[in-house]
Amino acid sequence: MHSSILETKDLVLDLGGKRILDHLSLQFWPGHVHAVVGPNGAGKSTLADTIMGLSGYTVYTGDILFEGASLNGLSIDQRAQKGITLAWQEPARYEGLSVERFVSAGAADKSEQKTRWALERVGLDPGPYMQRAVDRTLSGGERKRVELASILAMEPRLVMMDEPDSGIDVDALTKIFDALQFLKKQGTTVILITHSATVLEKADHAFLICCGQLVEKGPVDTIMTYFGEKCIPCDHKNEPDIGGSE
Amino acid sequence: MNTAQLIDALYDSIGESCVMDPGVAHVEIHANQVLGLHLVPGLEMDARPQDGSLHVTMTVKKDHRIDQPVRICFGLLDESGQQKIRMRIRLEDHSRVAVLSSCTFPNAVDVLHTMDAEIEIGRQAEYIYLERHVHGPEGGVTVVPKARVTLDEGARFQTDFELIKGRVGKIDIDYDAVCGAHSILDMSARISGSADDRITINEKAALNGEGAHGVLRTNIAVGGTARADIKNTLIAAAPFARGHVDCKEIVRDNAVAKALPIVEVHHPRAHVTHEASIGSVDSRQLETLMSRGLTEDDATDMIIEGLLRPRTG
Repeated sequence: MHSSILETKDLVLDLGGKRILDHLSLQFWPGHVHAVVGPNGAGKSTLADTIMGLSGYTVYTGDILFEGASLNGLSIDQRAQKGITLAWQEPARYEGLSVERFVSAGAADKSEQKTRWALERVGLDPGPYMQRAVDRTLSGGERKRVELASILAMEPRLVMMDEPDSGIDVDALTKIFDALQFLKKQGTTVILITHSATVLEKADHAFLICCGQLVEKGPVDTIMTYFGEKCIPCDHKNEPDIGGSE
Repeated sequence: MNTAQLIDALYDSIGESCVMDPGVAHVEIHANQVLGLHLVPGLEMDARPQDGSLHVTMTVKKDHRIDQPVRICFGLLDESGQQKIRMRIRLEDHSRVAVLSSCTFPNAVDVLHTMDAEIEIGRQAEYIYLERHVHGPEGGVTVVPKARVTLDEGARFQTDFELIKGRVGKIDIDYDAVCGAHSILDMSARISGSADDRITINEKAALNGEGAHGVLRTNIAVGGTARADIKNTLIAAAPFARGHVDCKEIVRDNAVAKALPIVEVHHPRAHVTHEASIGSVDSRQLETLMSRGLTEDDATDMIIEGLLRPRTG
């Protein structure tokens, strides 16, 4: 048995009067690549946002434990300082803020050399990119890679990647998967938030959630089969019949 | 201080050396007195005091393209006083010049700096004017730059106003441009105000010529009890005239920001857009940086630093 690095215990979160996370208990193991899969609206991104402690996602019952200690009451930066970070589905744009400043912002080693290394790691040539702004002049794929470079420079212990394949081309996705493998080799725990089979197959282990509830967990092949056979054709998405008559 | 010492002190206050390449034209003005003047071929300049102001004329002769940016250093090193400049600037057809203008009032307690400029940019001529301000740590200065600009056919005008050091005090910018056919106008200001600073910007451009292009950009951050009032007016009155107004203001503490973008289109084949965002720092931007371990204050400072960063390219 592995001891978990991150654990959600009976996590319940309501938004706008609707239950989004419904008694969700998951364990994530150190150094593994996990996937959280499920249909749109299942609560996957909300789970990541809640673990990160984003505004609007801080009032919940149950608990989130990181290395056995509760994250309850900790701000985003305090969670980040423990080594937790998040790559957004749609990375933020910053007018005027250079790629160099952004990538080195959270880095333990803020040297130019480290920033260049991080950019090269995600397949971006530092020469033309260092002084570019992280704004609308970067494509979606470039912004995703710049964000991932900032995470590599940060050297976190746990990374949540929300829909890493969203809105990017094949080349950018290849670079993101390369970086994912690098993180794994470094012993970083990764949680992939996805509903893509291409992303799912990069994981070691997966959780299938629907309507904020855990439906199934296990090896990727098992979850992929379950998702393909039951979730994709499902005519009552986000109304799971967990423990029902089947 | 003698003249040489004053020149040294002016440049020292902006962190630069007064020693320049002979190919760089430059002029140094303290209060209403010209301390130094060095010209290059194709550039004419005359300055003389009159009626309590300094009247400066600058002409770039036809077809002359001044290779290196002209340095103008305006300033007043005393704690109080006035500097009133009236400028007549003319770029003759097919000429080009870039001017880096430093305005330094590092010790100001009660200083008034006014600039009243009339700028004519001839056919296919290009004028780039970058204005960099250094103020004292307590403000203490009122800066009132006014400019009336006319762009002839195919002319280009780019201006950029930036406070690089010290507190705003009071800044009251009033620029008005009239753009001829196929001319290009790009006016921007980037200012951070704090304490009881007051920032007023009134920029107006009339795209009167066919195919004229104009952009008005304003990036402001205010904190403390500072106040910013921004009014950008863009009028497109000719076929294929294109314009954009962009105003971003970040507000902290008890500061107040107001933006009034006015866009008018007087021709069915003209097009003008505007974009304004006023308020606190964008939460996604903030939370992204915080998720890298920055505190909220550090993340906010970094976002504002970007907003106020000079554009490149």
